[in-house]
Amino acid sequence: MIEVRNLVKKYGQQTAVDHLNFTVEQGKIYGFLGPNGAGKSTTMNMITGYIASTEGEVYINGHNILEEPEKAKKCIGYLPEIPPIYPEMTVWEYLSFAAELKKIPKGEREKAICNVISQTKMEDMNHRLIRNLSKGYKQRVGLAQALLGYPEIIILDEPTVGLDPKQIIEIRDLIKGLSKRHTVILSSHILSEVSAVCDYVLIIDHGKLVASDTPDNLSKLMLGSNSLELTVKGQEEDIRKALDLVEHIEDAVFHNSPIENAHEITIKTTGQEDIRENIFFALADGKCPILKMQSTNMSLEDVFLKLTDDKEEENVSSL
Amino acid sequence: MLAVYKKELRGYLTSMIGYVFIAFVLAIVGVYFTAYNLTSAYPEFGVTLSAVSFVFLIITPVLTMRILAEEKKQRTDQLLFTAPVSVWKIVCGKYLGMVTILFIPMAIICTYPLIMGKYGTISYPMAYTAIFGFFLMGCGNIAVGLFLSSITESQIIAAVLTFAVLFICNVIQGIESFIAQTASASLISILIMAVILCLIIYRMTKDTLVTIIAGLVMAGTAIGLFLWKSSLFEGAIQKFMEIFNITGHFDGFVGGVLDMSGIVYMVSIILIFVFLTVQSIQKRRWS
Repeated sequence: MIEVRNLVKKYGQQTAVDHLNFTVEQGKIYGFLGPNGAGKSTTMNMITGYIASTEGEVYINGHNILEEPEKAKKCIGYLPEIPPIYPEMTVWEYLSFAAELKKIPKGEREKAICNVISQTKMEDMNHRLIRNLSKGYKQRVGLAQALLGYPEIIILDEPTVGLDPKQIIEIRDLIKGLSKRHTVILSSHILSEVSAVCDYVLIIDHGKLVASDTPDNLSKLMLGSNSLELTVKGQEEDIRKALDLVEHIEDAVFHNSPIENAHEITIKTTGQEDIRENIFFALADGKCPILKMQSTNMSLEDVFLKLTDDKEEENVSSL
Repeated sequence: MLAVYKKELRGYLTSMIGYVFIAFVLAIVGVYFTAYNLTSAYPEFGVTLSAVSFVFLIITPVLTMRILAEEKKQRTDQLLFTAPVSVWKIVCGKYLGMVTILFIPMAIICTYPLIMGKYGTISYPMAYTAIFGFFLMGCGNIAVGLFLSSITESQIIAAVLTFAVLFICNVIQGIESFIAQTASASLISILIMAVILCLIIYRMTKDTLVTIIAGLVMAGTAIGLFLWKSSLFEGAIQKFMEIFNITGHFDGFVGGVLDMSGIVYMVSIILIFVFLTVQSIQKRRWS
């Protein structure tokens, strides 16, 4: 579908995108995640052919975006960071212009426009000047423009910015619905959005791809293995002795607990087996009552912060 | 291309700019037409048009300043340049939209010789040749404005630049007369231009060696030619500056001559500046 090879963009001395490689497959929703200024928009602008890359290639359905721009661009609907709308036009005029620009055949134009208008819930706004619309509606006009003609690939740069919570949920549902027939790439710095909507996450930072996987795998991957948090009453030695009998424990770290005579323990497990029952019986045999036991899973948020923080530390140390 | 053309046309005709443009051209031409041809009963319409050629200085920036600068500022160019339409089609659509707006007052002006014809004998071919030349000159000026609008994000800067460039083109005949016709004067002017060119090269390549080589080649060629045949340089700088004299190339039409060199000149101006506009947009995408 989309193949990005060795993509580099330099602005003078500044490297905005640094040797980016990834492939996008059909029928999935991809999330582009990164802190502000990570190079998300620049990458999207290069994929859509708005700006040229310094190095590297982008192939859309096998067409190079710079060599066969018209064929490649025909497969893409793009909503940039700032919706590209003309304030002096009405919603209908604007969408007609966009439809003509996208070479939708004359007979199908009206139907196509009606479709996207109803999909973005703007039926009442048809003949309003875009100038007079609120930010949320402007965003929806931009979104309608990107959906127009239902291109195979839909690229959305921060699609839910400026929308109210209800609209955000609507737009998310809309995007989810799109994945049945389209490939969607969306960028965001809102993590909950990405984990709620996307099948696949690409995390970039300082123009480099730091991770790419499904949201679930990413959480697992970052943890290395699952971990358990326990609060156990009893002497440290007794607890250790009891835990030694349990298999699949990689490491157990003891912390002080506010509760008297108790310890808080973080246990890292190897493998995928659930060892909570084994731990329970082992500690019961050792007469160490468990006050609390909880398995922890890193949320995408933690993964994101960890990945992007690590990068910064590396950069600082390299300076 | 048609989509952009229609959008521009509608944009001009649903906002003030198009009407201000049309009204201003008609008002100025109308005043001169009344004074020269109606009140004084002067039979040549071309002379009237020649007298109002300054109108383009004021009115071209009004028409062209927003054409690309505003798209860039509002980021609507992202829609245009990610659509499956090539850059030159977009530029041509915009250019033709502006030419159509210019065509509206010109069509009205075409009725003026008919009014004159009612009161006396006039040469229609002469009058319409002059109108044709006037229209071509307007198209040339619009092409210049189009290009200058593509190099900046600010409408004001685009307008001021367009006015300045067109003004210089308008008064270049006067500037020419400041410089002596002698060969050595031409040589000095050419050397100064070589220095400016070198500065531009340095600005673009940031490479001292290339700049020095380019400068030496240019200066060497000029001095070499001067030593070999200095008569080549007599009046050379005037000939060179004459290239920029857009209004001067309209003079042929004024007398009613369907001036081939004038037509070729105006069409070249249009093609060169439309081409440069496309290039300046492409360059921005690459840098």
